[in-house]
Amino acid sequence: MKAKLATFAVMLLFWVILSGMFDAFHLSLGVICCLLIAHFSHDLLFFGDGKYSNTKSLLGLLAYLPWLFYEIVLANLQVAYIVLNPRMYDLLDPHVIRFKTKLKRPISKVTLAQSITLTPGTITVSIHDDEFSVYALTRSASDSLPGAMEERVARALESER
Amino acid sequence: MTILSVTAIALLSLGLFFFFAGTVGILRLPDFYSRLHAAGKCDSLAAVLIIVGIALYNIEPFSFEALLVSAKLLLIAVVVFVTSPTATHAITEAALVLGVKPWTKAERKRP
Repeated sequence: MKAKLATFAVMLLFWVILSGMFDAFHLSLGVICCLLIAHFSHDLLFFGDGKYSNTKSLLGLLAYLPWLFYEIVLANLQVAYIVLNPRMYDLLDPHVIRFKTKLKRPISKVTLAQSITLTPGTITVSIHDDEFSVYALTRSASDSLPGAMEERVARALESER
Repeated sequence: MTILSVTAIALLSLGLFFFFAGTVGILRLPDFYSRLHAAGKCDSLAAVLIIVGIALYNIEPFSFEALLVSAKLLLIAVVVFVTSPTATHAITEAALVLGVKPWTKAERKRP
């Protein structure tokens, strides 16, 4: 029931932003659509798997995003430095590293993979069970993996209720 | 010049810089995989910066309609942020499966 209500609220907010019409006709259309969606697919957006609370995960994710954005800016500057450097070929050293993660939830693995891909210098190639393959552009880009990022994802999404 | 438009201009210029770096990266880097770095990621930050810049520029002069348009722009930024790394990941894995050979430092020759 809580998941249905939350889905309904998110969908309605989305509808209002996208439609921008506030007369009774358009709003009631929106409410009907959102009720249908919330009824049929409430388990898609907030898939509580018992052990973890959605609210806590959401707050954790919100706390995680500013740090991620800071990292992305830093790492983008690094890649810009490499790319604009006249002696680029001395800096480059592409290689693939593999590591095992201790994250358990699929959502946190995906978050970690996306974060690794978003921070330049590294791309997540694949996840098999708990083994990540990461393609890194330079040695220094892969040195910090998984490290701090995994810790923060774990703190954001894996704290049990 | 208000503080809002100054911020917007700063964000747009930063976005342009990162797009420029990304483009130079696509042209200069040696192989498929390293080009993906430049293509998929400098772009995601640059696109988000530019979209946020436009959104800020748009809410001045302030009106409710303009706020709605800015909210839509921010939604685009969120979508770019989520889809860009997903696409990069899918393309990389497809290339590995197809057996595209990565450039390594050991070769040391420029393609």
